[in-house]
Amino acid sequence: MTNKDLLYVKDLILTPSELTVNHLESVLNKALLPEVDFADLYFEQIYAESLALEDGKVKDAGYTIDKGVGLRVVSGEKTGYAYSDDINLKSLENSAIAAKSIVKQGSNKKISLTKNLRDHSTNIIHSLYDSSNPLESISIADKKSLLEEVDKEARRYDSKIKKVEVSLSGSYKVVLIVNSLGMLVPDIRPLVRFGVTVIAEDSKGHKESGSAGGGGRFGYLDFTKDNWHLEQAREAARVAILNLESKPAPAGMMPVVLGPGWPGVLLHEAVGHGLEGDFNRKKSSVFHDKLGQKVASELCTVVDNGTLDLKRGSLNIDDEGVPTQNTVLIENGILKGYMQDRLNAKLMNTESTGNGRRESYAHVPMPRMTNTYMLPGKHKKDEIIKSISKGLYAVSFNGGQVDITSGQFVFVASEAYYVENGEIKYPVKGATLIGNGPEVLKKVSMVGDDLELDKGIGTCGKDGQSVPVCVGQPTIKIDELTVGGTKSE
Amino acid sequence: MSNNLIYKTQYELQNELDNYKQLVSDVLTIAKKKGATDVEVDASLSDGVSIEVRNGDIDKLEFNRDKGVGITVYLGKASASVSSSDTSLKSLESTIDHAIALAKVMEEDEYSGLAEKELLAFDYKTFDLDLYHPWDVSIENLIDLAKDCEKKAFDLDKRIINSDGSFVNTYSGLSIYGNSNGFIGSDIASRHTYGISLIGKENDDMQTDYWNTVSRVPENLQSIDIISKKAVERTVSRLGAKKILTRRTPVIFNFSTAKTLIGSFLGAISGGALYRGASFLLNQKGNQIFSDKITLVERPHLAQGLGSALFDGDGVKTKERILVDNGILNGYLLSCYSARRLGLQTTGNSGGVHNLHIDLPDDAKSFDNLVKEMHNGIIITDLMGQGINTITGDYSQGAFGYMVENGVITYPIREITVASNLKDMYKNIISVGSDIDTRGNVQIGSLLIDNMMVAST
Repeated sequence: MTNKDLLYVKDLILTPSELTVNHLESVLNKALLPEVDFADLYFEQIYAESLALEDGKVKDAGYTIDKGVGLRVVSGEKTGYAYSDDINLKSLENSAIAAKSIVKQGSNKKISLTKNLRDHSTNIIHSLYDSSNPLESISIADKKSLLEEVDKEARRYDSKIKKVEVSLSGSYKVVLIVNSLGMLVPDIRPLVRFGVTVIAEDSKGHKESGSAGGGGRFGYLDFTKDNWHLEQAREAARVAILNLESKPAPAGMMPVVLGPGWPGVLLHEAVGHGLEGDFNRKKSSVFHDKLGQKVASELCTVVDNGTLDLKRGSLNIDDEGVPTQNTVLIENGILKGYMQDRLNAKLMNTESTGNGRRESYAHVPMPRMTNTYMLPGKHKKDEIIKSISKGLYAVSFNGGQVDITSGQFVFVASEAYYVENGEIKYPVKGATLIGNGPEVLKKVSMVGDDLELDKGIGTCGKDGQSVPVCVGQPTIKIDELTVGGTKSE
Repeated sequence: MSNNLIYKTQYELQNELDNYKQLVSDVLTIAKKKGATDVEVDASLSDGVSIEVRNGDIDKLEFNRDKGVGITVYLGKASASVSSSDTSLKSLESTIDHAIALAKVMEEDEYSGLAEKELLAFDYKTFDLDLYHPWDVSIENLIDLAKDCEKKAFDLDKRIINSDGSFVNTYSGLSIYGNSNGFIGSDIASRHTYGISLIGKENDDMQTDYWNTVSRVPENLQSIDIISKKAVERTVSRLGAKKILTRRTPVIFNFSTAKTLIGSFLGAISGGALYRGASFLLNQKGNQIFSDKITLVERPHLAQGLGSALFDGDGVKTKERILVDNGILNGYLLSCYSARRLGLQTTGNSGGVHNLHIDLPDDAKSFDNLVKEMHNGIIITDLMGQGINTITGDYSQGAFGYMVENGVITYPIREITVASNLKDMYKNIISVGSDIDTRGNVQIGSLLIDNMMVAST
């Protein structure tokens, strides 16, 4: 991030509303009272587009422009928040009055900012993505032909592919964060996503679907590099056809091998959410009293790292202006730390880890994951599968969910195989895997050397807010996990 | 603290209605002038407050105000949609320009287009659905309500060791839909809810659960005695959950989990899933898809109903109908677009179903009698995961529940999965509960379903 970027952001967001830095100082001063610990303003302007192909034709297009500003006042454990999609001095002042109503206004003692607002963009240590607009990275004609090529490739793969849907979406988000610590800091965030879903049908009329795709903080050109988009078309088709041949999954407790990459959603659900600062400050997480304790086998080291180049979960700064970092959550099985935003860090007497994120200006920030993954171990994938006498090898998932209080989590396999005597026997239908967060990682008995992050498809939901994230892991073996199939042994 | 914040904003909302209608009308005119052959416009404005109290003090106080305009322009059979939160006319002009430019490069879709004129709900004003009842109350009173509810809950059971938030939300919104066939319809509605999420602990086991109440009318919300008691009962009843052995067994889906089974059904009969061939209920109209104990009626015109609407997302008049009659599927959920693709008539369901209620069979049972009837089996009260294949109906979900032995609930059970196929589950409904949950758009009681695979240790 450079000084030029700050000028650009100010020009885009403040100038049309005739707002100056002095105005922002006066708004923050309006929000400040002796009992107020902290106040911030989060300006956001977003341009987003989507294109979709169905029946071989690109006939759906959408475009959205949204802008607004949220004002937050924090006093102890209390948060007051007001936002508006009108950016002007009057609505900012109204927001300040509304948000500070969490604090009793008995005394009329006035306080003001101790430091004047100052450009903090030089404090931004990361430059993880380009600040050019991905929506303009290729022409509309090129966007259309990208979709059409994918459609053709999927159909060419096999005549059983009857239906192909392809989508391309991108957004360009410009944010400006201003706070009572005197900070004025911008970020410019590109994000693109590409997806293909196919339906395969066999001669008996039996149907199954398959999906593939990915994305990240870059432009659309990366999708066609080395014909990556065509590879995704073939991958979606392969999964759909594989599922046509799949048999009912077994039911019951058994050893499970999880493949690398997206199956890391296990970590996201089983431990990730439970290690977010707010749940631990409120003591609602099953992990709240386990810092320093063994919560996983010594083979497990899990990090949340927001500083990876171009990744979907990466951010130069979080939505509170704090640079992201590589945070060790679990090291050799021992719980080392939580993911924090400013509010929870202060209340827990620690520092923010750069995990304060929000969906948009209409939402308050919370501790959220960025790119969460397990570090690699020593084993080869083949030897891990060979070690299974009867169990499941799960390669891909639809997603998952967790109850952070009891620790119970589930995730659903979209590509999985039954393994017997160390050999992959046959594909099985989507089975739900269920377990308990603090218990499951203790049962990890082998960790592969093949760490991968997912292809950039993850969206995490919490408290009604969605944010883009990545997950990852090497191949791992869990000694026992409940598999929710329909076939009894 | 300012006293009448909520009342004031909602009062302003009523005044905005005419401004927004004018805005929609202007956009329709401008877009036509700029060359669109047809136009649709959605505009909305909403105001709300949400409060969360934790352990006796405010945790979060949020003021919400959202607005937006969505414009779809047609150039013959090609179209594009653009939306913006900026409702100034100057900005909307450029939004329209953008939509037209985008539509120019889109391929034609022979099925696209507005609803036929004769289907539009021009006479919608003849009914009053009575959906708008702003809560005339101060923010302090709402905060006190949340605090009182939490205190009541803590006093009820010493195993309740923590609160995960006692919340109150009040919301009012207006929405307008207009199209270039001359239709402009509006509605203004309120929605209020409060509830509490609790954490119980016994030995090393920690569990959470919640309860809430929701209504368009503040006076119709349930009392804090009922809400706190229910939330406490639900939370403490989960404590001490055990694992069980894998088995094939009958299962009672309680009213909240039964609702999700109906949700899957609605997804499978929606036009989008049908024309894509991505539904396990393709070509099932006229067939027996549920057990004959199931009759589901859509009632879009209920006064104060949570799902009530006089017109759908296409401006088409909504109608009361029997969707499932003693297990037989009578129709689908279609918009104009999906209907054209299927060669059928729209059912006025662009945007979904409007108040789908079960009509109880004569032998509907209280929940206790349902448990007695099952005799031995499992009650499912919570489902997790995305293990539903909408193309095949294959069903495998994570669950929390209770063991039933000899007609009596004996203990809570954790970390189980329930699996079957939805087509079989719908037909295997043996008995229907009269314990209808009235908190939503879909209203149904518990369902006793035979022959499910329950996996655990």
